[in-house]
Amino acid sequence: MKYSYYPGCTLKTKAQELEKFALDSARELGVSLEEQKDWQCCGAVYPMGKDEVATKLSSVRSLAAARDKGEKLVTLCSACHHVIKRVNDDMKNDSAIREKVNNYLELEKSYSGEGEVIHFLEMLRDDIGFDKLAEKVTNPLKGRKIGAYYGCLLLRPNREMNFDDPENPVIIENFIAALGAEPVKYPYRTECCGGYLITDNKAVTDEMTENIVKSAAMNKVEEIVTACPLCKYNLEESGEAGNKNIGVSYFTELLAEALGVK
Amino acid sequence: MVRSKVVPDNDKKELAEILKISGETINDCMQCGKCTAGCPATGGMDILPHQIIRDLQLGQVKKVMESKTIWSCASCFACASRCPRNVDLARLMEAARLLIVRKKGSARLKPETVSQLMEDKKMPQQAVVSAFRKYNK
Repeated sequence: MKYSYYPGCTLKTKAQELEKFALDSARELGVSLEEQKDWQCCGAVYPMGKDEVATKLSSVRSLAAARDKGEKLVTLCSACHHVIKRVNDDMKNDSAIREKVNNYLELEKSYSGEGEVIHFLEMLRDDIGFDKLAEKVTNPLKGRKIGAYYGCLLLRPNREMNFDDPENPVIIENFIAALGAEPVKYPYRTECCGGYLITDNKAVTDEMTENIVKSAAMNKVEEIVTACPLCKYNLEESGEAGNKNIGVSYFTELLAEALGVK
Repeated sequence: MVRSKVVPDNDKKELAEILKISGETINDCMQCGKCTAGCPATGGMDILPHQIIRDLQLGQVKKVMESKTIWSCASCFACASRCPRNVDLARLMEAARLLIVRKKGSARLKPETVSQLMEDKKMPQQAVVSAFRKYNK
């Protein structure tokens, strides 16, 4: 299986392990993820203003490049996935945005949302299958109680993201189970960590992240996994003292460990 | 006695801008309060999410623009996902913020602040890029 791969800014800097473990695992699974040559930062937040075009261009460039190669575009970071997926939706359904973007980019072949962007987790679930993944596990993570932290960006708004049930998702729990560990559900696993508010309004993010970590602890979660560098940061720094009780890691680290390539 | 309701003109202008940027139809909101019930960031808000829409319906734009609420919204889309009338409050909050940060000299995050943020060695680039997109135009 061959895919175009979009890494994103943070995976090349503070979240290198999110990428490294993903690429090592993909190799082990016989999947080729080819990094796009000229990818540009997605902007990290989906530009909600209907009159914003410039902030959507980098996503369209990547989507069109993958389409030209006839490949699906795979993402790893929740934020990149959110932005590129929603921009693709705009290109498909919003004729005003589609026209402006195409006029500006002057691509050889205009783009109308016909490409497909999937998150690495969706590739594991839909293209490989969690049952096949389980067969490839050489080092099952037996006895570990792991809580999935979804956050917002992969799930909402559901009519555009179409990732999983937005209120009661199971994809990361099924992933954890495929690796031989015990997935633990806790009520706040889809609640927002505060995201970028950490730069401006830490009192609010402290409250939001503490709620999540407490909810996980009350349900006897021993470690948390996430797909988002900013969620990881916020959960680790939650509250004045920071969260010292529950470790937070990337889902790809678990995968690499279970496949014996960590 | 004739009673007349006075709505200041700049409120009308700003409301029209908010509706245009967001593309939302605020009159679809029936004030069920589901957005407020599920909002994780109300701890930092002085006006609750459903009240923001009500204020916009009543033309009280200044109140919305001066609120702490629009700066406490984390764009988590819980309200937008759950609204039974398909009103995307996250887009309305964004439009209100954009009206402010697009004005010259009104950026909420200045480039000088970025180096301070990056002094925290664990702060991911994603946080700074997001904040810059949200708070500076």
